[in-house]
Amino acid sequence: MQQNILTLIYIIASVTFIVGLKMLSNPAKARNGNLIAAAGMTLAIIGTIFLYKDDEGNALHNYGWIFGGIIIGGIIGTLAAKKIKMTAMPEMVSMFNGMGGACAALISYSEFNNLYQVDKVLDSTFFLDVVQPLHYITIVAGGIIGSISFAGSMIAWGKLNGKIKDFSFKGQHFINMFILILVLVAATFAYQANIKSANIPFTIAFILSLLYGVFFVLPIGGADMPVVISLLNSFTGVAAACGGFLYNNKVMLTGGILVGAAGTLLTILMCKAMNRSLANVLIGNFGGSNIAKSTQSKSGGNYKEISVNDAAVAMAYARKVMIVPGYGLAVAQAQHACHELEKLLEEKGVEVKYAIHPVAGRMPGHMNVLLAEADVNYENLLEMEQANDEFKTTDVVLILGANDVVNPAAKTDPSSPIYGMPILEVEEAKMVIVNKRSMKPGYAGIENELFFQPKTSMLFGDAKAVLQQLITEVKML
Amino acid sequence: MLHWIGENQQYIYIVILMIFLGIEVIGRVPSVLHTPLMSGANAIHGVVIIGAIIVMGKAESDNYVALVLGFLAVILGTLNVVGGFVVTNRMLEMFSSKNKKKNPNEK
Repeated sequence: MQQNILTLIYIIASVTFIVGLKMLSNPAKARNGNLIAAAGMTLAIIGTIFLYKDDEGNALHNYGWIFGGIIIGGIIGTLAAKKIKMTAMPEMVSMFNGMGGACAALISYSEFNNLYQVDKVLDSTFFLDVVQPLHYITIVAGGIIGSISFAGSMIAWGKLNGKIKDFSFKGQHFINMFILILVLVAATFAYQANIKSANIPFTIAFILSLLYGVFFVLPIGGADMPVVISLLNSFTGVAAACGGFLYNNKVMLTGGILVGAAGTLLTILMCKAMNRSLANVLIGNFGGSNIAKSTQSKSGGNYKEISVNDAAVAMAYARKVMIVPGYGLAVAQAQHACHELEKLLEEKGVEVKYAIHPVAGRMPGHMNVLLAEADVNYENLLEMEQANDEFKTTDVVLILGANDVVNPAAKTDPSSPIYGMPILEVEEAKMVIVNKRSMKPGYAGIENELFFQPKTSMLFGDAKAVLQQLITEVKML
Repeated sequence: MLHWIGENQQYIYIVILMIFLGIEVIGRVPSVLHTPLMSGANAIHGVVIIGAIIVMGKAESDNYVALVLGFLAVILGTLNVVGGFVVTNRMLEMFSSKNKKKNPNEK
């Protein structure tokens, strides 16, 4: 009876995951989708705690530990998620993803220990005599994938908040391959070892998986982190599914595989938004390479500056102003100031729109979230294709801390690392004002020729400070 | 091999159907929602917490290695689930209030 109730609960939970994910891909229903999935998850957790019975019919014990863990995790998780600034969202997602990976890895490790304890008494037994190959494979696969996901997510987290720099050396991809092969060798070796010593190669396989996760993410440029996080996200999904096999638990299986498949597709969609292939992202060493330097030496011409006053005049008397927000706006927390300027300009009869590049900021959709936070009207946010049609009729483009997404090199210079990425064609407009903190190149580490064009004027400073000055100036006009 | 397929056909069906469903379900997501969707999917794979609870609940009360491993796994899994859903909700909060006001008829 209890078992059947639990089965029913798992079925309901699986359905909520599917429905939740479906609703999450629709702007109007997304929030409810998230809540539905969360409700399903809560139900599944409570059901497992109270109704789960193992194959021999024993219920779970150690309730103190279970609730203790859930309460600690719940409090830390809620606080972290509530306190984090909107701009730091991407690294938070990476962090939580790493926790899930680590959880899967720990499950595998302690299941292995269980096997290992059961037959401790028989000294001469070989490991493969007591464990089914498939059982072992699910344990090892969950452990390896979970560890890679954990280590990789931690590196991605460090890169996004600037604590870890890009790092690559020659032949790194071969070393990565080599480590991965070593992991498999160690795991196989553990299976064939004497049961007394099987834990040593098994532990080595774990440590090497962690190392692989580190080396896998280290050489990938910071600008590509969203793609990597999405990929690691689907890894964790697969690791969770391994746990589903392990415990014959279908809700873990459906949830895990669902996220694994959706995460993989999402990764590919993100790559498409940047017009690059997944292989290119993973192997390409975007940014810190030699190619970047060659483009750098080519430009370096003269740029002209514009005063805040002139910029304010140009915008206040324009018919149509297009704002291109980038990461600079996000770091400066300038979304509210930006909206204020927009309202002021609109009062003066200027048409103001936002042009949002799919990968503006640090993650796809990041800018939309930020601007929505500041109450910017959803209809004023133009996607790239729409925006590119409208630049021709735009008088002033104001670029706030965006760089690579408006770099014409993506269209004109085949040697550029971002060549082929669709960009916002801001040069079509009559005048371009670029707000940046300095002339330093953007996240991809390449110079931007746009800044040296005669149409372009530079307005240096922190995005928020500059916007506030612009607001004061526009008010006085 | 064939024997194994016969024995585990339920699971094989689940895996195959879920792969297609996962792809189908998010196939038309607008790029605006990539970040919240990733975050939501991140929360859903937190279902791994169930495995952690089982590990924890099965551990012998004198096996301290298993107890500690299980305890850590439960904490990390809960972080993933709770943090994931709360972060996603915070992101979406900003969209939904807007959308309801501006486009009440949009489906």
